[in-house]
Amino acid sequence: MNALALYGRYVVASLRAQAQYPTATLMLILGQCAATSIEILGVYALFSRFGSVGGWKFGEAALFYALVNITFSLADLLTRGFEVFGTDFVRTGAFDRVLLRPRAAALQLAGYEVRLSRLGRMMQAVAVLVIATRLAPIHWDAATVAMALWAITGGVAMFCGILVLQATMAFWTVESLEVANVLTYGGVQAAQYPLNIYATWFRRLLTFGVPLACVAYYPVLVILNRPDPLGAPDWLLPFTPLAGFAFLTLSFLAWRAGMARYASTGS
Amino acid sequence: MAPLRPYLAAFRARFQLLLEYRVAALAGFATQLWWGGIRIMVFAAFYGAHAAAAPISLADAITYVWLGQALLALQPWSADPEIGHAVRTGGVGYDSLRPLDAYGFWYARSLGWMLARALPRAVLMVLFAGFVLPLVGLGEWAWRPPSSLEAALLFIPAFVLMAALAAAVLMLANIVVAATLNERGVNSILTPVVIVFSGSMLPLNFYPKAWQSWLHLQPLAGIVDVPFRIYFADLHGGAALQGLALQAGWTLVLVAIGRLAMARMMRRLEMQGG
Amino acid sequence: MSQILVEALAKTYRVAERAPGLSGALSGLVRRRWREVHALAGVSFSLEAGELLAFIGPNGAGKSTTVKILSGILRPTSGRVEVGGLVPYEDRIRHVARIGVVFGQRSQLWWDLPVLDGFDLLADIYRVEPARYRKRRDELVSMLRLEPLLAQPVRQLSLGQRMRAEFAAALLHDPQILFLDEPTIGLDAPSKLAVREFVRRLNREQGVTVLLTTHDMHDVEALAERVIVIGHGRVLTDSPFASLRSGVFAERRLHVDFAGPAPEITMPGVTVRSRDEGSLELAFNPADIPAPQLIAAITAQHAVDDIHVDEVAIEEVIARFYDLHDAREA
Repeated sequence: MNALALYGRYVVASLRAQAQYPTATLMLILGQCAATSIEILGVYALFSRFGSVGGWKFGEAALFYALVNITFSLADLLTRGFEVFGTDFVRTGAFDRVLLRPRAAALQLAGYEVRLSRLGRMMQAVAVLVIATRLAPIHWDAATVAMALWAITGGVAMFCGILVLQATMAFWTVESLEVANVLTYGGVQAAQYPLNIYATWFRRLLTFGVPLACVAYYPVLVILNRPDPLGAPDWLLPFTPLAGFAFLTLSFLAWRAGMARYASTGS
Repeated sequence: MAPLRPYLAAFRARFQLLLEYRVAALAGFATQLWWGGIRIMVFAAFYGAHAAAAPISLADAITYVWLGQALLALQPWSADPEIGHAVRTGGVGYDSLRPLDAYGFWYARSLGWMLARALPRAVLMVLFAGFVLPLVGLGEWAWRPPSSLEAALLFIPAFVLMAALAAAVLMLANIVVAATLNERGVNSILTPVVIVFSGSMLPLNFYPKAWQSWLHLQPLAGIVDVPFRIYFADLHGGAALQGLALQAGWTLVLVAIGRLAMARMMRRLEMQGG
Repeated sequence: MSQILVEALAKTYRVAERAPGLSGALSGLVRRRWREVHALAGVSFSLEAGELLAFIGPNGAGKSTTVKILSGILRPTSGRVEVGGLVPYEDRIRHVARIGVVFGQRSQLWWDLPVLDGFDLLADIYRVEPARYRKRRDELVSMLRLEPLLAQPVRQLSLGQRMRAEFAAALLHDPQILFLDEPTIGLDAPSKLAVREFVRRLNREQGVTVLLTTHDMHDVEALAERVIVIGHGRVLTDSPFASLRSGVFAERRLHVDFAGPAPEITMPGVTVRSRDEGSLELAFNPADIPAPQLIAAITAQHAVDDIHVDEVAIEEVIARFYDLHDAREA
């Protein structure tokens, strides 16, 4: 059975496990939906008071918000195994069990759990997307839908890369790995506003360091058919989500270094 | 003092234990610094667009953000994990065997837990946002000292009441956790409610005007919005005293509700045989 | 050629040392002091196909480091390991596809899934052909009497039931080598017997090579033909189990309850191990003085209520190896 088919089997197994507690799973989805919807309330309050910022109105900001939240909810849904790698695998020694199976460790971690509760964030983000479509001049056709899907794919790759890096840190220390939250949750928080409102150094960080802008900001410019206020060339914008895949690739290189270290230290 | 000894001991034990986790404090500080930075940049952008629309000055908004990040752990957005643990392992039954007021005992422990997590981060945040930023020439982004001597003096009781009120809210969450055995469910509702209504996400004056009157009267306002606005004298004189009264009043009401709920829950536990 | 070959295996860990207190934590951030720990210091042995070897020794002796290296999780500092012609840590994925591992304290099944679903998933992970998988699964299910448990989620099984399921899970891909790490820990007596019986059948009837680590000396007595005692990162002894007890540790114990107070006993080749108000425990070697002769000598001189001969407990045998080794080192 090839890796993809096996991954599918892992997903099915994880869904069956969660189906054993249907009420609890539903409650967690709704709780997640409520907890993550409050952010849009804050965005709305600021726009309703100040009118517009950096040339953007609430409807357009809502599109930034919706896309980055959909992206992150998917990544968050898929990467539970990496998120809890330090606490539930390395610290407990359960990682040895993973290494005793004749499959890539990363594949087994990816298949560890598909967390349905994360659909809550996606639910509210889809609702915001509907609102954004009403308020902003968004023309959904085959090209813009494809652009949105392409941006989401690149964004999922980038957020997965952050989670892989967080897991990689666990090969060195299992303490306080939640600092990686500044890149995941903090990244979502930053990317739900249009990037041109931020200071230069922060924009550079989010473009060249953690390429959040490439998967959340530039693609939305394409969807809204607006030029970059900061002057990135138009032809480049549709290609920017590639950066997400580059980031994921680099993360896996770091992961391999961590695996080699684990084999020689065993801790 | 003698009758208070067990409660002080419960508080101190929890407080000392948590101060041990230095790495956690450093990591928490780094996280909150980053969040604070993003939120300040967002504020600055909106102020840059239309400063006149803002209810407070940018400098005050920045101080509000740093204060909020420094004291984040003092906000009651998740039930005390030790209570959840005690419920699962049956330790709650033991608490009813002690010759103590169970509510007071839990209250002291929860308060110790919150303060121990908050204080190290607050110290680091004061050092960084209050001293380092001005020294490196970023004074306009710094955490300012209280606006006046009056504000500083009023902030002392406001801080004490803020902690007391936060612990009273936390106790309600603890009791619901103990009664329903559902920690995750309680937290998933508590967190967004506290973040919005305390003013942690945005000062309450930033929300649309129609919501203002009741936003300022509900209890969670006393956890963030009221004490912070006293700090930079947005609330001063009579308004500040009203704010303190709101904090104190809600603390008393929530403690009373908590005590009743806890007594009922303990009776139920006794009937079930623990 | 041997199925498992281990030569001059060494593993050294570097452990960070830090002084206690805040100043220690701070200076540790700046300059770390490292201490070397030699978990293994030159271990060699080999194992033929179909052997059953018990690895014994206290915690920290190097047992689990050896098992981790043999199973491909850990890379040694130096030395050579080959298992079935593969170097485990160089070729982890191919290697682990051919071995089975059961950890007494760790489950490899999925907590919330029914046992059968877990088996199905493992068959996919190990790429077992469907027809072979069904045959093997049915065989294991009947050997381990798992039929009534298959539809239950793992979390609902008792520890003994779960352990039986774990054994089946570790053997679905039909490995020819099985590593067992404390497989009977925490089990009740009937479950322990069932596990031992199963391992014995696997080894005798199917020719599976078994390497077992354990604290439970009854496991060793029930199963092992060959025992390696490991301590201080070295092999202290590697011998057939029978010779271990009849050779170096042939010593016997004589427990005597006297009618009156226990007397002084001085005989060549006999030492007093402990004394009580009215009883004695004597140590002797039957090669020097046969038991009937010793008993006759004592009953001739003293009034005796009760008397019986005992073997030395195996825990004590191990402790002796340690003392011997320490004495040689000193």
